[in-house]
Amino acid sequence: MLTLDEVRRIADLARIEVPEGEVAALQQQLNGIFGLIEQMRAVDTAGVEPMAHAIDLTQRLREDAVTEEDRHALYQEGAPQVEAGLYLVPKVIE
Amino acid sequence: MHDRPLAALAAGLAAREFSSEELVRHQLDRIARLDGGLNAFITVDEEKALAAARAADERLARGEGGPLTGIPIAHKDLFCAKGWKTTCGSKILSNWVAPYDAHVVERLAGEGAVLVGKTNMDEFAMGSSNESSFYGPVKNPWDRTRVPGGSSGGSAAAVAARLVPAATGTDTGGSIRQPASLCGVSGIRPTYGAVSRYGMVAFASSLDQGGAFGESAEDLALMLNAMAGFDPRDSTSVERPGEDYRRDLAKPLAGLRVGLPREYFTADLAPDVAACVTGAIDELKRLGAVPVEISLPNQHLAVPVYYVIAPAEASSNLSRFDGVRYGFRAAEYADLNDLYRKTRAQGFGAEVKRRILVGAYVLSHGYYDAYYLQAQKVRRLIARDFTEAFEACDVIAGPAAPTVAFPLGEKSNDPVQMYLEDLYTISVNLAGLPGLSVPCGFGAHGLPVGLQVIGNYFDEARMLQVAHRYQLATDWHRRRPGNLR
Repeated sequence: MLTLDEVRRIADLARIEVPEGEVAALQQQLNGIFGLIEQMRAVDTAGVEPMAHAIDLTQRLREDAVTEEDRHALYQEGAPQVEAGLYLVPKVIE
Repeated sequence: MHDRPLAALAAGLAAREFSSEELVRHQLDRIARLDGGLNAFITVDEEKALAAARAADERLARGEGGPLTGIPIAHKDLFCAKGWKTTCGSKILSNWVAPYDAHVVERLAGEGAVLVGKTNMDEFAMGSSNESSFYGPVKNPWDRTRVPGGSSGGSAAAVAARLVPAATGTDTGGSIRQPASLCGVSGIRPTYGAVSRYGMVAFASSLDQGGAFGESAEDLALMLNAMAGFDPRDSTSVERPGEDYRRDLAKPLAGLRVGLPREYFTADLAPDVAACVTGAIDELKRLGAVPVEISLPNQHLAVPVYYVIAPAEASSNLSRFDGVRYGFRAAEYADLNDLYRKTRAQGFGAEVKRRILVGAYVLSHGYYDAYYLQAQKVRRLIARDFTEAFEACDVIAGPAAPTVAFPLGEKSNDPVQMYLEDLYTISVNLAGLPGLSVPCGFGAHGLPVGLQVIGNYFDEARMLQVAHRYQLATDWHRRRPGNLR
């Protein structure tokens, strides 16, 4: 079960601000979910290969050729702040 | 016109009995009259729809139309459609306009289907009731005080109310089959890899699969014919020859072995739903099918395993929504880290945040083996159960959801109760199998119940055959909510 500190830590890892007044309620909800998950942890899986994909696939290879056109400007139209083809963020180096 | 199934609409268009423009105007008028009370759509664009309808009419006049040319459809609002707002039911994408078309959107447009709007959904497809949408819940057309199911609730409700004859959806843990069951429509989730995920906003990439809603199994076959097929832009798209999903519809069911998992018919299943599903299985027997009792011994682990794997993949996929590259950004922040934290805190709803946090935890240092790796191993055990079951049967039948549609608000404050809605659908996603739900009667409060049919890998044509033969013998799929004229 998650402690209050662990809830604060994963919120920080996930870059989601959680007001201090909401941490305890969130802890309770998350622990409800981990209670549901718990029964899977006791299963004996010795020798079982993990299943990462829904079906067995091998990575396709293709010719090393340019297949996409430059759609930089189009894709940046949906960004909150762009200038000269660059995404703008607050200053990170003083 | 809205009373006709897809194939009949196509016949009407081909015979020039009515034009696509007339049909589209009729459906837009229905949406304008009825959707206020349903909230099935996030965006409707009359201008774009009518322009596409006129183009379809020109194509039909040249004799170049296909079975979907001129047919109005809707896309779940996580399929990118160029020039259309694509919100994923989230505030964080509330102002984001897709710069390109998803493969599915491109395919259906290529067939001449007319996009009339984008449908409401649980935020980032996380939910089973459509109540996690930033745009408000969708109401069930059979009873507007109840949920339509989710996450593709808007598409299911739109088809149930005949606002459109068919719509797309996605199914990561049951998000097509469960709302199809609760809204009394037909819905199919194909085999993982059958429909390209290109341009479909990702939730849990190893589980997500696009599919369709319609009135009947035949409608679903027509939609899949356009939607399925290899796409090199999705690395998990399977390279296989194209197929006609209608090819087996006319075949009788004599000798078909229908597996009945004993784990699906327990006290977890509401008696009214059990009665409808059992009745449907009796009908399949009358049609010549042979019931076979099977067992899926790890079925009870499917929901717990899913709530490790899906949140883990979601926490990784949704890290791209950072207030820098897409959509919404918080108005005030101290520095870059604060921009991320505030944008994501304000832009995501409670359920999305919970799942991101669960995912961040199960992937974090020291917990990865105990949760994520263990879940992947149990996932294999669940998939193996199906492989063994399909040695004894051709398709598996059972309920799609444990209950009929529940009242709005009943489960929205209890995530675990909400998660158990997907008890009968989730294992199919974990295994990567195809599944569909077709209406099979009415349970408590006169609300619809769905029969789930699960097939082996790439056996959609057989599942659709079963559903179609059943629909030739019954008329549950033709019933519609009485209050929506």
